[in-house]
Amino acid sequence: MADTLGQTPSQTVGPYFAYGLTPEQYGYPLKAIAGGRLADDTSEGERIRIEGQVFDGNGAVVADAMIEIWQADAQGRYAHPADPRGSNSDFRGFGRFGTGTDPKNRFIFDTVKPGAVGDGQAPHINVIVFMRGMLLHTFTRLYFSDETEANASDPVLRTVPDSRRETLIARRQDGPTGTVYRFDIHMQGDAETVFFDA
Amino acid sequence: MTEVTGYGPRDWGSHPPYVDQGYKSTALRGPTKPLIPLKATLSELTGPVYGHDSLGALDADLTKNGAKNGEPLGERIVVAGRVLDERGRPVPNTLIEIWQANAAGRYVHIIDQHAAPLDPNFFGGGRCVTDSEGCYRFYTVKPGAYPWGNHHNAWRPNHIHLSLFGPSYLTRLVTQMYFPGDPLLDLDPIFLGTPAKARDRLVAKFSLDLTEPDFALGYAFDIVLRGATATPVEA
Ligand SMILES: [Fe+2]
Repeated sequence: MADTLGQTPSQTVGPYFAYGLTPEQYGYPLKAIAGGRLADDTSEGERIRIEGQVFDGNGAVVADAMIEIWQADAQGRYAHPADPRGSNSDFRGFGRFGTGTDPKNRFIFDTVKPGAVGDGQAPHINVIVFMRGMLLHTFTRLYFSDETEANASDPVLRTVPDSRRETLIARRQDGPTGTVYRFDIHMQGDAETVFFDA
Repeated sequence: MTEVTGYGPRDWGSHPPYVDQGYKSTALRGPTKPLIPLKATLSELTGPVYGHDSLGALDADLTKNGAKNGEPLGERIVVAGRVLDERGRPVPNTLIEIWQANAAGRYVHIIDQHAAPLDPNFFGGGRCVTDSEGCYRFYTVKPGAYPWGNHHNAWRPNHIHLSLFGPSYLTRLVTQMYFPGDPLLDLDPIFLGTPAKARDRLVAKFSLDLTEPDFALGYAFDIVLRGATATPVEA
């Protein structure tokens, strides 16, 4: 069947998305549909924090980016009708955080470590990057530094040139406040993060 | 029976590039290395699910959801249309998030320092959801134009920001809706960054049918998302 309608073009999220898309995080009076907290102490699975910064082509930290994450629950199940297994009821798997409120302009997600989906992929989180200065979003993925074996056989990572694979690996740091995975996003330069044509 | 096995690709002939000559801040922010093709897995065929349960009572009426002691100033409008996929199939029960400047061209965002007045009765953020036929509708006031720093005497045309999920991670779309006949469109690097053949898809149509007598001007705006490709499965 031939396509009949053209896709609506993407346009930039601009500098003023916060009160529409991340209102509670920025202190605006609108209920947010999602934020940086995907899980709490009652959630099933290993509690982790994901944090990082977004860097532009000059290496400057971007203070007006918005990061979205989409992930499976600790058993590797997605809260979506296309996953017949379903997710456990209180985990939706979606987070959204703007880099404008943290003093270091980090994005910060409190979540659980996703389980392997079961189709040969290593545990991972899908990541979308939006910001002023981007007319359309980028897709990337976050993998975990302590999943060396699973990462080595991940079908998506294997399509990425060796020299660039590291840009997709979040580094595990265990500290007094828990486990943090550090995941920086570089828009340009030698360390440019791998972005996907998904 | 069929099973969704993927989505039509992003149509690179319809979307603006990552780095655009006219829109200066793309120079340091758009990726420059080639994208790596990714064949959709369950991680991409799924995506955040937000529908009617995500709506507050006044979310779809921006003339009311920020009102303190009266109505916002400006030209009251109703925006309505359908969310469809590339094959013309409706996208039901999907969330549309909305944000915009007030009638004077000022955002409530704290970093907007444009010397135009805030409106105590207008917030500018809201949301609505498509029905089973993919139809949506929201009320607001027509946003004003505002200056920005891209180049000397740069002004954004009147526009409303819209954000949609669609049925999967791959159908995510953030866009802007413009108004017909706006002389700033031909001068706006963000609008002009869009391939010429696709620009008119971003411009709403004035509609007397949608216009409500003695109340609000109507604008029609359909939104087209990437379409699912399905493969038959043995039952
Ligand atoms: Fe805007």
